[in-house]
Amino acid sequence: MDETKKQDQTSTHKIGIYLWIWGLLFVLSFCSYMVDWYQFQGLLRWSLILIFMFLKAGLIMAFFMHLFWERYAIVNVLLWPMTAIACFVGLMVAEGKYTLFSRFFYFFVGGQ
Amino acid sequence: MSDPKIEGYEFKPGYKGMARDTASDQTMFKGVHWGKAMMWIFLLSDTFIFSCFLISYMKGRGSTTVEWPNPSEVFALNVGGVPVPLLLIAIMTFVLITSSGTMALAVKYGYERNRKMCGWLILATALGGLTFVGMQAFEWSKLIHEGVRPWTNPFGAPQFGSFFFMITGFHGTHVSIGVIFLSIYAYKTLAGHYDTGKRGWFTSMKGNYVEIEILGLYWHFVDLVWVFIFAFFYLW
Repeated sequence: MDETKKQDQTSTHKIGIYLWIWGLLFVLSFCSYMVDWYQFQGLLRWSLILIFMFLKAGLIMAFFMHLFWERYAIVNVLLWPMTAIACFVGLMVAEGKYTLFSRFFYFFVGGQ
Repeated sequence: MSDPKIEGYEFKPGYKGMARDTASDQTMFKGVHWGKAMMWIFLLSDTFIFSCFLISYMKGRGSTTVEWPNPSEVFALNVGGVPVPLLLIAIMTFVLITSSGTMALAVKYGYERNRKMCGWLILATALGGLTFVGMQAFEWSKLIHEGVRPWTNPFGAPQFGSFFFMITGFHGTHVSIGVIFLSIYAYKTLAGHYDTGKRGWFTSMKGNYVEIEILGLYWHFVDLVWVFIFAFFYLW
C-alpha cells in the first residue's frame, strides 16, 4: 500500500506546468492567427505558419500527451514512423510539380 | 507515468531502458497499461490516415492550373458588415485548445484520485467538443449555401470542396466520437466507478483512472490534428 501511495505522488505533475503549456498554446494560436490577420505573404508567411504549427504540436505531444516523461521505447516507436511521412511528403511534392508541368504542357502547348 | 511496478522487472530510463524494453521477453513496454499502448498504436495509424489526406490535399492544390480559393476570404465572417478573416476558425481553434487544457487537468486530477474535479473537467471538455462540432456544422451549412460542393465551388479550383469536406469532416467525426466517449467517461468518473473498481458494461474489466489518461491521449490527438489542419488548410 505504501508502495502505491509513493508512486501516486511521483506520477502526477504540478498544475503549474499544465497552465503554462495551456497559456503558451493560446499565445501561439493567437500568433498564427495574426499571420493571416496581417496578411504576411511568401516565404515569411509559410515559415511563420510552420514554426507556430510545430511549436504547438510539440507542446501538445510533449506535455499534454506526456511524451516528455514517457519511456524512450514508446517515444521512439511513435516518432520514427514520422520519417516515412516526411519521405511521402517529399515524393508527392515532386509528383505534384510533375503533374502541374504536364498539365501546363498539354493544356497550353498541346500533345502533338 | 501511470506505470505500475512489475515483480522482477526493473525499469531503466533512457536508451538503456529502451534496449531492455525492446529486448524483453513476452511483452514490450512492460508495466504500461495495455490500453494505453494500444491507444498509442491506434493514434499512430490515425496519424497515417490524416497524413494521407493532407498530403493528397497538398498534391491536389499544388498541381491544379486553376487559382486556389483564398481561404481567408472564403472563411471570413461578416461582423457588422465588415468581413473578418477566419474569425469562426480562430474561435474554433481556441475552443479546442481550451478543451484540451481541461482534459490535461482532468488526467492530472484523475491520478490524484480527485473524483469530482476529474469528472467535471471531463464534462467541460465534452462541452468544448460539442461547441466545436456545432460551429463546424454552422461553417459547413454556410459554405453549402454559398454553393460549395465536393465537385465545384464559386471561388476557384473545383478540388477545394472535396478536400475541405473530406478533411474537416473526418476530423469532425473524430471530435464527435470523442464527445460521446467523454460523456460516458464523465458519468463513469462522477458515479465513482474508478474508486470502487466497478466493472465496465462492455469489457467487464475493472475500472481504473488510467482510462482517463487513455481518453486524454485520444482527445489531445484530435487537438493535434486540428493544429495541422488549421495551418495547412486555413492559413496556407
